[in-house]
Amino acid sequence: MPGSQTRKAVKVSKVDDSAVAIDALVKRYPGAPANAVDELFLEVRPGEIFGLLGPNGAGKSTTIGILTTRVIPTGGTATVLGVDVVAHPVAARRLLGVVPQVNNLDRSLNAWQNLVFHAAYHGVPRALRKARATELMESFGLTGRGRDSVNTYSGGMAQRLLIARALMHDPRVLFLDEPTTGLDPQARLFVWDRIRELRAAGVTIVLTTHDMDEAADLSDRVGIIDHGKLLALDTVHALTRGLEGKSMLDITIARLPGPAARELPDVLALPDVPALPDLLELPDVPLGLLELPDVLAGVDGVERVERVESAPAVRGGPGGAPPFGPPRPAAAPAGPATGETRFRLYVSRDPAAVLGPVAQLLARRGCPITDVQIGEPSLEDVFIALTGRSLR
Amino acid sequence: MSVSAQAAVRRGVSPLRVVLAILWRDAVVTWRDIISVLAQVVLQPLVMLFIFVGVLGRLAYVDPSYDDVLLPGVVAMSGFVAALQAVALPLMMEFGYTKEIEDRLLAPVPISLVGLEKVLAAALRALFAAAVTLPAGMLIVQDATFRVDGLPLLVLSVLLGGWAAGAIGLIIGTLLPPSKVGIMFALIIAPMLFTGGTQYPWPSLGKLPWFQVLTALNPMTYASEGVRAALEPQVPHIEPWISMVVLTGSCVVLTAIGMVSFRRRSLT
Repeated sequence: MPGSQTRKAVKVSKVDDSAVAIDALVKRYPGAPANAVDELFLEVRPGEIFGLLGPNGAGKSTTIGILTTRVIPTGGTATVLGVDVVAHPVAARRLLGVVPQVNNLDRSLNAWQNLVFHAAYHGVPRALRKARATELMESFGLTGRGRDSVNTYSGGMAQRLLIARALMHDPRVLFLDEPTTGLDPQARLFVWDRIRELRAAGVTIVLTTHDMDEAADLSDRVGIIDHGKLLALDTVHALTRGLEGKSMLDITIARLPGPAARELPDVLALPDVPALPDLLELPDVPLGLLELPDVLAGVDGVERVERVESAPAVRGGPGGAPPFGPPRPAAAPAGPATGETRFRLYVSRDPAAVLGPVAQLLARRGCPITDVQIGEPSLEDVFIALTGRSLR
Repeated sequence: MSVSAQAAVRRGVSPLRVVLAILWRDAVVTWRDIISVLAQVVLQPLVMLFIFVGVLGRLAYVDPSYDDVLLPGVVAMSGFVAALQAVALPLMMEFGYTKEIEDRLLAPVPISLVGLEKVLAAALRALFAAAVTLPAGMLIVQDATFRVDGLPLLVLSVLLGGWAAGAIGLIIGTLLPPSKVGIMFALIIAPMLFTGGTQYPWPSLGKLPWFQVLTALNPMTYASEGVRAALEPQVPHIEPWISMVVLTGSCVVLTAIGMVSFRRRSLT
């Protein structure tokens, strides 16, 4: 084994510094029409939380299966902490822990036995496995439930026990396959906290999830794969920033210009709207509702403007409206009844940089801004942009 | 975890220790369900003994000396069936539905050793089943004589028979999906139970050559003959050394096939 590792180190020097390195990995299942994993390249850095995202059937579970030594690849290499998982599966299994997608706890054993036997399979000395099990039962909120059959465990408890079990042999890289699917919000937050603690303790985490908020909140970097290929790999911030023209600025103005003003600014209604500097030289005349979008669209960096009759504000946090979905009815619609009108500006530049000129313009035209919301594209937008909207 | 534990895990652990840990898990699980395990493995042979000797013998349909043939056969059968069932059914369920075995498949040993452990556990379970069946059977046939000289051959026959049965269970359990449990009982286990020399001494089958050939293909026949030679040497039987050689050969071949099959089922 050391020999082959040395040879590998010469060929691909980064392998030894990576927690996980995947090089031109291919997996074709017998009889399948296409490769499940198709020339995949991936690198996970030590100590990071890496989110592996992709639609159903994209090849995530196959990739995790290969890395955890249960799936034999058709081609390419995969290493965990420099250990080739195909050539040296036994050595790799010492280094990694697995939290599977489905509950595969040993139902013939109670919860405590699930933990200590796992440690025994990994050669952890008896006294240590007891101490470790006590410690993990406590940190996963399962103290006092050790003697219970795992059949009596709720989904959330089983998931916590699965994670605790995977940690019994102190793995350096932990693979979590959809760790929070089906969990209630409390359990999800609890699992997130434990995952962050593990990172703080130096454990590298590779997780798959369909929950984009989870991936965005937890992951240091995410990789998006589809059809077995890597489509993007970066920090969430870099990925969303890369989605140009997808940032948004929601502007709400208090009142519309009076009807008398409507006939005045003919020049502003021209299809070929002058750019902002020219506009600023025009007389300060109030704008009409119909003209306003065109004027706003002339601001440098604004790609498109739409009037959002009664849409809620752009998402300010979790639970908000999807920024790119169709406008949903709001409880208190902004509109003529309240004297407010909202415009959504799709901007290709930093929304904050566009806000200044827009505010200036509106102030000069006598339209006081009552609310401003900046909408950055979410990871979900990146995901949809890369993998499309079609169902799998 | 403390540094020493980390070191212990990283340094690697001998495959034997891992296999023993998994074996210990099976022992704990068996002990937990001891009543149902006993019911599964010794009830059927004892009922057979009771009907043939206790009932048909009393009614004079069966010769009184038949218990010398049947008791050893039933002891061998209980061991064989116990071993087969210890592996085949749980494996079908664990691979097909519960996925419970996955944690053991991630243990730091070659995966085929996890399959080998199943066969080892099966052989021990055969010994246990035979150890319960023999005294109970002696009570049923009311024969308190036990040939101590035959003990080594008895243990060896039961162990090797159990090993072969465990290997067959490994093959069945890794090849058949859980939906085929019925087929397994009807087409594999039931015919094996009646072609395994339990109810007749093999040499006496000379009058039925085709059946003699058929039974010679069942490894259980050699376990029955071995136990019979150990307990009731006056009954005609295959030379013990031949039985043991054939059994050992069967164990080697079946175990090799089973381990390959187990590995293929575990990996995709």
